Amino acid sequence: MERTLTNYIRALRTAGAGVSTTEAIDAARALELVGYQDRGLLKMSLAAVLAKSQEEEVLHDRLFDLYFSYAETKPPRQTQSEGEDQEDSDSASDGSESDSEGQESNGQPSNGQKQPGSGQRGGSGQDKTGEAGEDAPLDLLELAQSGDATRMAMAMAQAGARADVDQIRFATQVPYFVRRMLEELGAEKLDKQLMAALDERTEEGTARAEALIEARSTLMRNARAYVEARFEVFGRSASEAFMNEVMMDRSLGALTKSDMERMKPIIAKMAKKLAAKHARRRKVRNRGQLDLRRTLRANAGNDGVPFDVIWKTKRKDKPKIVTICDVSGSVARYVRFLLLVLYALREKVTDLETFCFSSHLVDVNHDLESLPFDAAMDKILREVGNGSTDYGRAFTDLSRQYDSTIDKRTTVLILGDGRNNNGDPAMGIFQDIAAKAKRVIWLCPEHPASWGSGDSALLQYKPFCSSLTHCSTVADLEHALDDVLLAYG
Amino acid sequence: MTHTGLEFAGFESADTVSARLASVGYISTASISTAVYLAHHLRKPILIEGPAGVGKTDLARSLAQSMEFPLLRMQCYEGLDESKALYEWKYGKQLLYTQILKEKIHHLIGDADGLDESFKKLAGFQDLFFSREFLEPRPLLKAMEQAGGSVLLIDEIDKSDEEFEALLLEVLSDYQVTVPEIGTIEAIVPPLVILTSNNTRELGDALKRRCLHLHIDFPNADLEARIVRSRVPDISERLLAQLVAFIQLVRDENIRKLPSISETIDWAKTLLLLHADSLDPVMVRNTLNVILKRQTDIAEVNSQVDQLVRKVLTEQAESA
Repeated sequence: MERTLTNYIRALRTAGAGVSTTEAIDAARALELVGYQDRGLLKMSLAAVLAKSQEEEVLHDRLFDLYFSYAETKPPRQTQSEGEDQEDSDSASDGSESDSEGQESNGQPSNGQKQPGSGQRGGSGQDKTGEAGEDAPLDLLELAQSGDATRMAMAMAQAGARADVDQIRFATQVPYFVRRMLEELGAEKLDKQLMAALDERTEEGTARAEALIEARSTLMRNARAYVEARFEVFGRSASEAFMNEVMMDRSLGALTKSDMERMKPIIAKMAKKLAAKHARRRKVRNRGQLDLRRTLRANAGNDGVPFDVIWKTKRKDKPKIVTICDVSGSVARYVRFLLLVLYALREKVTDLETFCFSSHLVDVNHDLESLPFDAAMDKILREVGNGSTDYGRAFTDLSRQYDSTIDKRTTVLILGDGRNNNGDPAMGIFQDIAAKAKRVIWLCPEHPASWGSGDSALLQYKPFCSSLTHCSTVADLEHALDDVLLAYG
Repeated sequence: MTHTGLEFAGFESADTVSARLASVGYISTASISTAVYLAHHLRKPILIEGPAGVGKTDLARSLAQSMEFPLLRMQCYEGLDESKALYEWKYGKQLLYTQILKEKIHHLIGDADGLDESFKKLAGFQDLFFSREFLEPRPLLKAMEQAGGSVLLIDEIDKSDEEFEALLLEVLSDYQVTVPEIGTIEAIVPPLVILTSNNTRELGDALKRRCLHLHIDFPNADLEARIVRSRVPDISERLLAQLVAFIQLVRDENIRKLPSISETIDWAKTLLLLHADSLDPVMVRNTLNVILKRQTDIAEVNSQVDQLVRKVLTEQAESA
């Protein structure tokens, strides 16, 4: 019973849920309390004890069903005792093994995973070595032919435990583990028998060989099914986490459509992380400066004796971000991600204004707020995206029409490659904006090597930016936004 | 189940929790009951998360009522500290006593020679001002002191500062409060602790680990109808089905602040007051401000009221 639970907790951990030892102990106590009888109750109980957030709850929901699915395929005790009888007749040592299994099936369905205990190990050891050596392949043949799902599941689970199938991480490992399982099952001897039967060159021998081939493929099929099921539990989330890590460092410009969909949850997670990191108090105590008025007021009831001393506090600025995005051609892709992150950060950055431009500046706040994100993005790209890029015009528009949006607590975030089609960069106006804002941060999707080359005015703008960084992956975006928010810490 | 002086003996199963809660008018789901059942037996606090108005606070209130325990409520806010949550010294009383004692002090040390001896004499009294006598218990300490057990509600924990979370850890895991001048005060009977959070900020891992986690979401139509029926028993089944269906549709709309159960209940009461027996677009328009709290949301739904009401009515006609 304990083993089932600890393995399940291990599966949860691999999937990315942080289950601490305390929680594991709680889970064991909860299990003791509710038992295995009511599957729904068990699931909810484990959810309450083990899952500490909504995401973890979803994870738990999925894994629980996968992991405990074995429990349901377990037939009632009757079939169990049949198997016991058969095995009893096979050898005496196997009897004890079946006994222990019989006990376990008493109201506590096994996941088939928990019994690489002494019984099996001893049993299998004898299969391989002792007088039962010749019997083992016969057992396998008989097992494959009997069509007894329970015994097959048992055998698979035991072989699986010995082959360490739970260590599986990637789908590509499936064939390897299938082979390991067949080895553990003793399929080698089956093969030898097969060769022997073929060597006989008699009709009887051929028939026997065919039966052996059939049995082998049945075993193979079962082993494969078992390994694939275990991959779902232990491997999938691990390999997904790995894929996500890879994604973080992929250039956003090179993402395919399907990658985009995969990116969304990653970005949501990243935004949450950023928000949590910067969710500190906005008030900072200034120890040393007494707030006389509030101290007197608070201590009026104490005859004016200052028991409660109240210090002056200083409020920190709330982040205010004005984003200016070049939505022409190649940069448009990056804009999508930057805005996706910024809007996922809405909870943290309440003061957010977004402008997009190619030839002239357009206020896109309304679209982004009223429409679903993808629809808003499509609309913006359609309406704003097709013009020749003019940075000078964009900055001029900003300072003429939206002058009041920039004040000393504003971070101006510019996303663009600075390719100005050899137009007037309006340096004077950009300089004014930079002087008025708290910081100007320029994110450029182009590699630093090409900054300033051709029609790029980037290096002209550079001296007036607080920072100019290369930004082409989600990880870059995360760093950049972390930096923006840090200035308000 | 009525409470005719019947002592609360504990929850034997998750179903008992549901039944107990139902007896005080709280319609529970299986996961809520399971969490309460586990919390009761594992002696762990429950951390409830979910949107505003789905009955998080109400669960604590109903539990206290059904168990016949006192409810101690601790509303969290920014700047909440131990003097508001744990205990405070009664300064005024201490001051007053000092004044009184000032006059008596001569009798005490009158015949003592020199400072040293006076000090020794006073030493015996030094703890006087920092004893239980002068301790003002705040909700957390109060909960520890309830001999018959209690329900402690720590509401909107996400509104408090991170430091306050740390302060809670001792209370939540060991059910005790340490007062440096006195020592550790252990709970006579560990209270059933319920924390609620609207998720405005991520709570610390240390806190989460000490709690059972329960997420309460918006209910499905069936559950919502049962809840409204229990709170507004006079409502006709026809109207009830319609208004619940309408609310469920509104939750799918593109609006900022989704209507929660408390809004559904308010709306049911409103419609009852207006003697409505069926939804009609005009009445819905006039009462939209009961279920939606933002002007932009009202405008958004307002434009679709006809369509939504028609949908609700045809669906009801089809199922009938």
